[in-house]
Amino acid sequence: MSFWFWYGLRKGIQTTRYPWAPENAPGITPGRPLATEFASDEEASRAAANCPVGAIHANGRRAVVDLRTCVWCERCHFGVANPLQWDTSYEWARTAAERSASAAMPAAFRKSLHVMLVDAGDCGACLHEVKRLNNPLYNMHRLGIFLTATPRAADILLVVGPVSENMRGPLLKTYEAMPEPKRVIAAGTCAITGGVFGRSFMSAGGVGAVLPVDLEIPGDPPPPLSILHGLLIAAGRRTPSAAPEFVGEEG
Amino acid sequence: MTSPPMASNPQRYDMQTLTAAIEQRFGPAVAPSVTDSNGDVCFAVRQPDVLAALSHFLFWEARCAFGGLIVEERDQWNLRYVFRIPRSGWAHFILRLPLETRSVPSISAQVHAADWYEREAEDLFGLDFEGHPRLGDFVLHDQVWQEALTPMRKQFDAQAVDFKKRPRKDWRPALVVQDPGSFAMPVGPVYEGGAAESVHFLLETVGEDVIRALPRLFYNYRAVEKIAEGRPVSDVLLLAERFSATSAFAHSLAFCQAVERALHADVPPRASRLRVALAELERLRRHAGTIAGICHSTALSVSEAHASIIEEQLLRASCQFAGHRYLFGLNRPGGLRRDFDAQTCADLLDAVDNAAAELRKLEERLRYSSSFLDRLEDVGVVSRDSARELDLAGPVGRASGLRNDLRQTCPYSGYENYKFDAPREQEGDGYARLRILFAEAQESIKLIHQALTSMGSGEVSAEIPETWPAAALGWVEAPIGAALHWVRLDRGGLVERYRILSPSFRNWHALHVAVEDFAFQDFPIILATFGLSAAECDR
Repeated sequence: MSFWFWYGLRKGIQTTRYPWAPENAPGITPGRPLATEFASDEEASRAAANCPVGAIHANGRRAVVDLRTCVWCERCHFGVANPLQWDTSYEWARTAAERSASAAMPAAFRKSLHVMLVDAGDCGACLHEVKRLNNPLYNMHRLGIFLTATPRAADILLVVGPVSENMRGPLLKTYEAMPEPKRVIAAGTCAITGGVFGRSFMSAGGVGAVLPVDLEIPGDPPPPLSILHGLLIAAGRRTPSAAPEFVGEEG
Repeated sequence: MTSPPMASNPQRYDMQTLTAAIEQRFGPAVAPSVTDSNGDVCFAVRQPDVLAALSHFLFWEARCAFGGLIVEERDQWNLRYVFRIPRSGWAHFILRLPLETRSVPSISAQVHAADWYEREAEDLFGLDFEGHPRLGDFVLHDQVWQEALTPMRKQFDAQAVDFKKRPRKDWRPALVVQDPGSFAMPVGPVYEGGAAESVHFLLETVGEDVIRALPRLFYNYRAVEKIAEGRPVSDVLLLAERFSATSAFAHSLAFCQAVERALHADVPPRASRLRVALAELERLRRHAGTIAGICHSTALSVSEAHASIIEEQLLRASCQFAGHRYLFGLNRPGGLRRDFDAQTCADLLDAVDNAAAELRKLEERLRYSSSFLDRLEDVGVVSRDSARELDLAGPVGRASGLRNDLRQTCPYSGYENYKFDAPREQEGDGYARLRILFAEAQESIKLIHQALTSMGSGEVSAEIPETWPAAALGWVEAPIGAALHWVRLDRGGLVERYRILSPSFRNWHALHVAVEDFAFQDFPIILATFGLSAAECDR
């Protein structure tokens, strides 16, 4: 059995240098659509009409993207005559609009953060991307961030999924069982606005309809480093993104 | 429910002999039907009372696999029982009843695999399956929802969110074991620190062994089939990709194939080949993830780390070459949304070959880790007979000796032109399931090579004709097993009914067989070897 020990050692350190250095390995993020200046008003409104979830808004010649509703179908990027620009970033988590910027994260979160993850009707992708953070390539333990097994020891409630009606009760119970101070993070477009599932008799249309959300991590699903960025914001070690690609924040 | 014994010397049927045998046995009660012609053979069941005998004949004597039950509310109830005839494709048996009917015959006593399909139809349509021993409290949990809500009926408005729920306050789980000293251990729906999907288990025991395991699912029920109704195909495609994202490509492919079959659309050969490559890439990644899960369940950390690095590298390769880590946004009815150039294909092959080599190394090491094997061998055994009775899907079924790989039994997307094996094992234990995963991963790599080399040039997408109304079944062998998507388009080309028959639904139903009579500490390991997805089951 000792070969596992030697094997593990021989593999060396595989972990990303993020957040101390930017991680640029190919394929860590699908990137995101950017506000794009088109040649004419018409092209901009065509790009907006082409979006199946109405996340693109035309504003003259400019098309802006609301990342809170974007489902990353990439239909504005591939197979169209005038594609939107995309970047390859991943630092796009931000404070929820309902929370003022002064509602800062508690200082107690700074050195170690215990995260309670709840699957509230998730499709599996966001949940899976959160679990990636435990694998050696991301290894969030090195940053003092842990997934905890019990809400009694949790600082952060990390919710994925649009909050299905059958999970509403367990989600609220989990939240109530957490001690103060506590904060809620909605990870993934479904958890922010309901995504493709929207609001229906079985879907609350986002965590915000059930609990006060402090931090939002857009993405369908958000790649692991976006989630890590969100958790680092919660720990007060990163500042929220000032992404202009949220509707309402740009003139 | 006890199952009828197997016919001792079963005759081998194909479509022709089966049609003749049905005519001989059931006469005018079961007649071939052309009105529902959609590429598959259809029969109209004219007398409800022959349904039980018919399904017994199909499942146990003709050795057909049960595909699932599709209920449609049209001018009458259409209950569509889908069976897969060995070597001959699909046959639909359609029972039509007036819409006032509430009571329909149950076939669960004959075909155990139909159990949950009937429970689901009871909860969502309000149909009462006569003789079914356990109806109600399934999709709509009684502690949340009133009985008889019937959300899948056409008159129910999915957007109406303000009605009274009237939950049952006195709800208690139904326990089976009544011995003195017995107790039930609840697990979930939020457990393992939430790192597991939302599922609830009630493990009944008198001490060490799990005597009964009752999984309670549908915490993730988002009513995908309901909210798809009345929406255009391009919108429903988003749902098909996103209801179970860890098998997104497989499900979007099944949906697209259903639409393509309904509208008689052709897919360009280059698109078919790329679809095979991408579907196998997803299978490879998903199997690597399941292997990582098995290593995690046995607490063998280094191997878990190794497997999850392989998985992450495949996710990155998917993102780098196909634009999305979970392969969203690639399929469309008529082909693919984008083409891949030769360099991309070559780079993808390199990434896949690298994963193949790493997986071989990992398998070799695990084979010599006795403490690891001790946790898997002879644990969670599903006998071939049980597997057949419950009609287990995918690698789990193949580990118990079933021949259930749709890529071979009902080839689609040109799989008949590829050389590959669908490995099978006989033991049906956890280790057999692990070996199947490793073997299938290597077969997937062979398939990706065959699909991407000598691909030929040409378009990757064709226009689809607008010949609605139309309906058809599409199917794929998803990583977890056979997935069937039924799509009916109305006169305006909108989706009138969308039905997903998922492999996880099938295998969650069967999980209890593997878990019962094994110790508590084996439970997470058995669960991991099944590699199930709750999102895929719940929809």
